Amino acid sequence: MLIADWSEIIERILVHFQISVTGVALATIVGMVIGIALTRFPKIATPALSIIEVFQTIPSLAMLSILLIFLGLGNNTAIMAIFFYSLLPIVRNTHAGILSVDPALLDAGRGMGMNSLQVLFKVEIPNAIPVIVSGLRISLITAYGIVTISVLVGGGGLGRFVYRGIQMQNMGVMLTGAIPIAAMAFLTDLLLNALEKRLTKHSRPRLTA
Amino acid sequence: MVVFENISKSFGNNVVIQNLSLNIKRGQFAVLIGPSGCGKTTSLRMINRLIEPTMGTILVDDQDISKVNPVDLRRQIGYVIQQIGLFPNMTIEQNIEVVPKLLGWPKEKRRERVRELLEMVGMNPLQYCNRYPSELSGGQQQRVGVLRALAVSPPLLLMDEPFGALDPITRETLQDEIKKLQTDLGITIVFVTHDIDEAVKLADVIILMKDGKIVQAAPPEELLSNPAGDFVREFIGKKRLHVNYDVDLVREIMNSKIFTVTKSKGFAESIALMRQRNVDSLIVTDDDGRLEGVIPVEALRDVAGKKMINTIGELEPAKVPTINLNAQAREAFDTILSEKLPYLIVVDSKNRVRGLVTKTSLVKALAGVVWGENADDE
Amino acid sequence: MMSEFLSVLESNWGRLVTAFSIHVQVALIAVLLGSLIAIPLGIILTRCPRMGKKVIAVLSVLQTVPSMVMFGLLLPFTGIGRPTAIVVLTLYSILPILRNTYTGISDVADSYVDAARGMGMSGRQVLCRVELPIALPVIVTGIRISSVYIISWATVATIVGGGGLGDIIFIGVARNNHAMILMGAIPASLLAITTSFIIGRIAKAVTPRGLRRERAR
Repeated sequence: MLIADWSEIIERILVHFQISVTGVALATIVGMVIGIALTRFPKIATPALSIIEVFQTIPSLAMLSILLIFLGLGNNTAIMAIFFYSLLPIVRNTHAGILSVDPALLDAGRGMGMNSLQVLFKVEIPNAIPVIVSGLRISLITAYGIVTISVLVGGGGLGRFVYRGIQMQNMGVMLTGAIPIAAMAFLTDLLLNALEKRLTKHSRPRLTA
Repeated sequence: MVVFENISKSFGNNVVIQNLSLNIKRGQFAVLIGPSGCGKTTSLRMINRLIEPTMGTILVDDQDISKVNPVDLRRQIGYVIQQIGLFPNMTIEQNIEVVPKLLGWPKEKRRERVRELLEMVGMNPLQYCNRYPSELSGGQQQRVGVLRALAVSPPLLLMDEPFGALDPITRETLQDEIKKLQTDLGITIVFVTHDIDEAVKLADVIILMKDGKIVQAAPPEELLSNPAGDFVREFIGKKRLHVNYDVDLVREIMNSKIFTVTKSKGFAESIALMRQRNVDSLIVTDDDGRLEGVIPVEALRDVAGKKMINTIGELEPAKVPTINLNAQAREAFDTILSEKLPYLIVVDSKNRVRGLVTKTSLVKALAGVVWGENADDE
Repeated sequence: MMSEFLSVLESNWGRLVTAFSIHVQVALIAVLLGSLIAIPLGIILTRCPRMGKKVIAVLSVLQTVPSMVMFGLLLPFTGIGRPTAIVVLTLYSILPILRNTYTGISDVADSYVDAARGMGMSGRQVLCRVELPIALPVIVTGIRISSVYIISWATVATIVGGGGLGDIIFIGVARNNHAMILMGAIPASLLAITTSFIIGRIAKAVTPRGLRRERAR
């Protein structure tokens, strides 16, 4: 049934995962900074969020092919596309998560003599983490799909099997790619959901803590 | 009008109503009351078949309701709930004409009815017809909720804690209005509440329930003077203030949370505040809180639009009777009763406004008269 | 670059117009079919909420399967060509609309439904006069989300012969022709952005006036 050797399958899975995680990680760093910055400038928050939302509206193949012009064939194009798509969920969730911090907690933090940076790292970000994890989950699952499609612009993930399968009209080859992708998406959803629930339950700072 | 014959209701293994029989006569104001979970709301909702009894028969107007199509039945019975439930996507007019529309009334007749109803409770149709529920205060919304239920002049009105979510002063105004509507229109009302003061004030007959059974069904005076057993005594007692009609002072029974304005207050602002608090008249004071008088809402309406008014001080407030806060409670009640006042303003020796004594204070104190001597049960 | 783009555009104008109209058609059919399935199904599911949550959970898992995989999986059954594209895209369009219909109606406050029933509305009247008008903006938002996805995935449908703007992008990539890539990618992006904007406006327009204030508060 499998029309590829195991080492190739493993390699493709790793590449697929690596591209996705790199793109999402980049977006997480940049996105959190933007998200935090937007809480400090509420006036530009709404327009900024709608501009970032436009990125997400761009069809994935269009985004990949436009980036291809600048970055050339290969995985960098996919990483960059993932970066743009992941930005919105992370910026939005960071922003919303920090804004939802109970003002009493902020007061308590300041009252205890924290400076604004300490309040940010000890109170606001911890409070926003569960929501950010939810953004991560959405981003990662979207990323797997983009990496899959990126085979069309020379990307090297599991999409190669799917595409080869489609061209050869060979179900076996296609499933060699499709099953690991579905499994990855499923596991990511499961794990990050569980993590999110755990974080929401336990690690939120409370006044009584 | 409404007859329960051996009604039982259980949800799964949970028995909510046990073999309950009841007869509410035409034109009666019947109040179902009891601790939460006693089955009062369930009983009410069985009358318009929102809940079906497990056993027994309910007759409305001598007709077994299980044989009437529930949708037709409900259109003949007014229904008002605590959450008000005015449809947010419809204007006030559209809300009131829901049932007339369901019954296929022609447009002209519906319009006329809506206007008639709004005027009946002193709401200007021109001002309110095209507004949305979210633009009204809670009190105004529930007024419309009641009108909506009365739209097709149903002979029977079901009300499920209709005033439970309103502030005390608005609640009192609406209680007065509903009692008046009921008497004027001669309708039968079945009313659920957990507030004994409200029950005593409104009811022709109070039906006190516990664990799905009726403990006592009697007119308020009888319930108060002749409670059937400890549960009734305790239930009424818990709610009543320990006021002694003869000994207590006005300051101990007055409502001190009142709304006043100073003369320098802006006219438009005062009107907005009145609307927001849902009060019918402005109590005007000077800057030190000394009473100047009262401006009834009609007077405000008369001047509004006729001439430019900037502050309340430009209007002439009417003089009203007052009572000193250290006077005897009895004196306050005698004045209210003899002069048929809705309320009496309480002032101190420097004529500063301190509170209000209302008819509800009277009801509460009445409960105190009956058990006033039991002050030792504390 | 610019002049190259213009000359490519000129010589391929007919092809672009055809691809664009196919793209719109395929997306439109998929979203329409998806709505026709999802809205009634969403309404039915609100009547049995336990089922509803399960169905939505299962569909959410299916939604995580990348579109290319889904195209591949259905290929043996529906063959190369537009039908495969439409079937897959329709399947994908269902979830957002279904989920928003379900939550939109479930979120209508119980008191409204209780009042409506108590006043003598039949089940259908409660649905049409109270629940649907209040839930409509949420449902339209579901259609907006769905449309954006579908326009995006319709570009990928080129690999199963679905046609559309994906074809042009794909040719551009294969020939390393930047002008050709842009000729496909820019219209596709503009189509998605405009559609999202227009349906967003519709969602606002169908919000009952009495609810606009309530939500603004």
